[in-house]
Order: sequence, then structure tokens, then C-alpha cells
Amino acid sequence: MLNEKILRNDEKAVYNLRSLYRRFGYSRFKMSKFEEYDLYVRNKDFLISDCIITFTDTNGRLLALKPDVTLSIIKNAKDVKGQVEKLYYNENVYRISGDSHSFKEITQTGLECIGDVSIYDICEVLYLALKSLESIDENYIIDIAHAGLVSALINKCELSGDIRSKVFESIQNKSIDEITSIFQNELMTKFSYDIITRLVSTYKSCDEVINAFGGISEDIDAQLKEFSVICKSLSDMKLTDKVRIDFSIVNDTSYYSGLVFKGYIAGIFTSVLSGGQYDKLMKKMGKNSGAVGFAVYLDALERHGNEKSDYDYDFVILKDETCDSAQIIRTVESLSENGFSVIVLSQLDKNIRYKSLMKLTKNGLEGA
Amino acid sequence: MEFINVALPKGRLGEKVYAMFEQSGYECPSIKENNRKLIFENAEVGVRYFWVKPSDVAIYVERGAADIGVAGKDILLEYSPDVYELLDLKIGKCRMAVAAKTDFRDNTAETLRVATKFSNIAQKFYNEKCRDIDIIHLNGSIEIAPILGLSDVIVDIVETGKTLYENNLEPKETIVEISARLISNKASFKFKGDKIREIADALGKIVRENND
Repeated sequence: MLNEKILRNDEKAVYNLRSLYRRFGYSRFKMSKFEEYDLYVRNKDFLISDCIITFTDTNGRLLALKPDVTLSIIKNAKDVKGQVEKLYYNENVYRISGDSHSFKEITQTGLECIGDVSIYDICEVLYLALKSLESIDENYIIDIAHAGLVSALINKCELSGDIRSKVFESIQNKSIDEITSIFQNELMTKFSYDIITRLVSTYKSCDEVINAFGGISEDIDAQLKEFSVICKSLSDMKLTDKVRIDFSIVNDTSYYSGLVFKGYIAGIFTSVLSGGQYDKLMKKMGKNSGAVGFAVYLDALERHGNEKSDYDYDFVILKDETCDSAQIIRTVESLSENGFSVIVLSQLDKNIRYKSLMKLTKNGLEGA
Repeated sequence: MEFINVALPKGRLGEKVYAMFEQSGYECPSIKENNRKLIFENAEVGVRYFWVKPSDVAIYVERGAADIGVAGKDILLEYSPDVYELLDLKIGKCRMAVAAKTDFRDNTAETLRVATKFSNIAQKFYNEKCRDIDIIHLNGSIEIAPILGLSDVIVDIVETGKTLYENNLEPKETIVEISARLISNKASFKFKGDKIREIADALGKIVRENND
């Protein structure tokens, strides 16, 4: 029987998430640790970092240790009209982690829904993202935004190449002062300035978003409509108190096409979940259908919510020379069956913290 | 009560920054006591301050040990920490510039040797100009590099330019204007967003008053 107490938080999360995804019909996708380097070179911008660990295979092909899971899943996805494939994974990926600037092995669990993705599928994936966070900790928040809407709004602003990337950076940093300085240097119009400063705000409801951006153009209204359908389903499921609308999370409109989201758990300093709808990536990889999915970064959970124990063991048993091995093992088994942790020593180590100290002789266990 | 942890940069700039927090209503009298304490809090207004090395503020905030902090734009550009940049405090103003000996002539036929503490900023600036450079990373006394022929130019912070002029150097080109910025941890902003925004708004008011 599984003793939950011995599982670390990230391990517990893996079990919970696996059972959650299976309940919604997602099947496990197991992949190889290596992938042809070429796949990542062609889609470098999609990766969080373009540094990849590579090596030469026995037949001379250049292989890479997987820095990402999504690309491999898309590559192997069937592209059948009218069908969706629902897959989940639990894999290690190897990439440079943001804050340490060195390669790290990162455990990642997530799911992808690929094929003729309907609005229901998008809502289902978002719902599962919310439930994933809830299964880890009740105190969570998800930020949602719409990449198609942001892209349509920025296109309307008609910014030149390098100003466009500066504006994107400022939106992500919520830096209104940077945007103001671009405007004051006459590198954007008042109309664009108003739109972009509104994109930096956080919105409490979808109605606020519609008020802020509705009626500018047909293209924008079409994106708003899709976004409001998703928001409505959240409010119908009474999940809105865990969801914020925040356009600063949109970081790449060349891959993401629709809904994007990012999840946070109180007490963890980075986002632990990230995902969205990435039809544009599918197209770039020669597929005709759409896709939506997310990943949960389990390494972030390692230090989360671990209760610090005052003891290393419940029992320290000091054995004397008269006891035989079979007797010691029987004693340990009988204590551990009752849920206690036990260590057997010949001499007491003063660095060990314990609840009770016992002595084992051939006559049995006695208090020391 | 939930506290907002604030990382302040040690030194003159930090004292100015604290004065702005105080003016906005987030005072913490114990910070002015002359003692060896490292952390100061005022439960009434829900803030906890601590002094750290200016270049470390962004690290404390990025990793969530501080919810908010104040860091120079130079540090933010150099290290690109994953934080929100909520407000330009318009103090600690200076500029990141290229400086060289007064008689310096740029020879584009050669690789330009650049001495700097800010390798990433320098690299990015010259990449945009498609200029081939050789970065010489130094940790201080950058001005001496061109004088001794270690580098052709330097990329460094220029306030008044006095040190440069005294050493026969002069600023040749401004890369970017620098000032102190209020930054916030992204996850903290999700959970303590109302309070953080309240502080940012109050500081914003002081900034506007000071600059009108």
C-alpha cells in the first residue's frame, strides 16, 4: 500500500494530476529522451531558451536531450479532420533555467489536445488547468489573456519592427512609464498609446475588457467574442474568483493564436503552470488542425508546503550484541507497520533527532 | 496581517527611496534608529523593509524574498530579471554612455575593444549597430582601461562626467537614460496585488509632485 507520508509534494502532484487527466479521457504519451536536433532548430523561437544539450548518435545524426515536450507531441500528432487527440505526459526536460543560467533537469507534467479543437476543448483544458492547481494547493490564481486579441490590437497600432518588440516587452513588464516615453518620443500615435496602456491593466471581468477594446475593428471584435465565450463558461462554472484577466502574460503572438494562461500558487515565486492555444505553431509545423494544452512545472513544488518535522525518526533502537538479525528485523517491521519510522543503531549519534529511544536486547524492547 | 516585504538599495539612493515611501504613508520609524538590525517593520501600515546591495535588489524581488523593491534601470537592463516594472521613481538619474579619450577616432576596420561592468548592455548596443566588439569585463575603475590602452572605449554610467573629464575622457554617445524603478515579483503581484498597487499609486503621486 502507498504511504502518502513518504511522497514529496511534487511526487504527490504527479499522481493527482495523472488521475485527473485520465478522468477526462487523456491518455499517456511516453516519449524518448532524445529527439533530432533539427526539430528544435526549426522552431527555436517557441522554446523558452535556445540553448540545447546536443550529442552525435552512433550513425552520425545530431541528437538533442529534449528541452521541450510540446514539439515532439505535435510532430507525432495525427492530423485527421473532425477528430481530437487527447494526451498527457510526465517527462523530464533539459534546459537553461531562468534564474540559475545553467542547464537543469526539469520535471514537467502537462496535457495537449490536438486536432479539430472546439470551444468546448479549450474550456475543458482551462478547467483542467484550474483543477491541476487546485489539486496542489487551494490558494492559487490563474491569469488568462487572448493572444489573438493582443495581436489584433497591436497590429492596429501599426508599430515599426523594433518599437513593436519594445512595446511587447513593456506590456510584459507592466511598465507604463516605458510606454509613455515611447509615446513622448513620438514613436507611436495617441490612439496606439491609449490601446497599449489599457493592455497593461488587470481586468476584473470580461465586460471591462469589452468596454476597453470593443468597436475598434471587426477583427478585434471577432477575437473579443471568442474570449467572452470562454469567460462566460468560467463564470457559469463559478470559477471566476480564481481567474484574473491580465494581458501582460502574452509573450509570443507568432505561436499562440487564442487563449493563453499562466498559473500561480501562493508561496511559490514563479509561475507553475503555463499554456494556451497554439494553432500558429501547428501551421508552422505543417499541420492543418489546432491545438491547446499546458504544462505544470513540478520542480517549483519541491520546496512548497513541506512541513518541517522536529524529528528525524519516531524510534531510535539501540541494539546490543545479544540480539540476532531476525529478531531486529521483526521488531522494526512491527513498529513500522503501525506507521512509525525506525532506525537501528549500535551507538547513539547525537545529531539524530528522535521521539523515543529504545534498547533492544534478546529479552525484547525496553525504554532506554 | 499580511506584510509587504520591500528591498531597498543600501546607500544614498536607498535613503532617498525610503524618504519617498515615508512621504507616501509607509513610514517605519525604527529604520532611522542607529543599530545593527537588518529588518525593520511597521505592522500598522503592513510593510517590512530591508537594506541590500543595490545590484542584489532585483534578485531578492525576482526570487520572491521581497515582494517589491527599488532597482536602477541599468541593473534591470543588464540582468533582465523576470519582474514587473511598475514605476519610474525619477530619482538616481544618470545615463549609460560610451566614453573614450577625447582624441578617440573610431576605426571601423578593427574590432572595437569595450571595457565595461555592463557586458549585456554593451553587447546589445553594438549588436544593433552590427559592430564587431571585444568585451573586456571589469568590476570597477573602468575609466582607467582606455588610458592604459586596455580598451578603445568604455561603457559605463555617467552622472556629471566629472571623473571622465578629469582623466582626459569624454562621453561620446548615450546608450540609455537610467533612473530608479519600483519593481515587483510577478507571483506576489497576483496574491498581494491590491496592496502593491496601492503603494505604487501613492509613490506615483509623490513622483508627480516632485517633478511638477
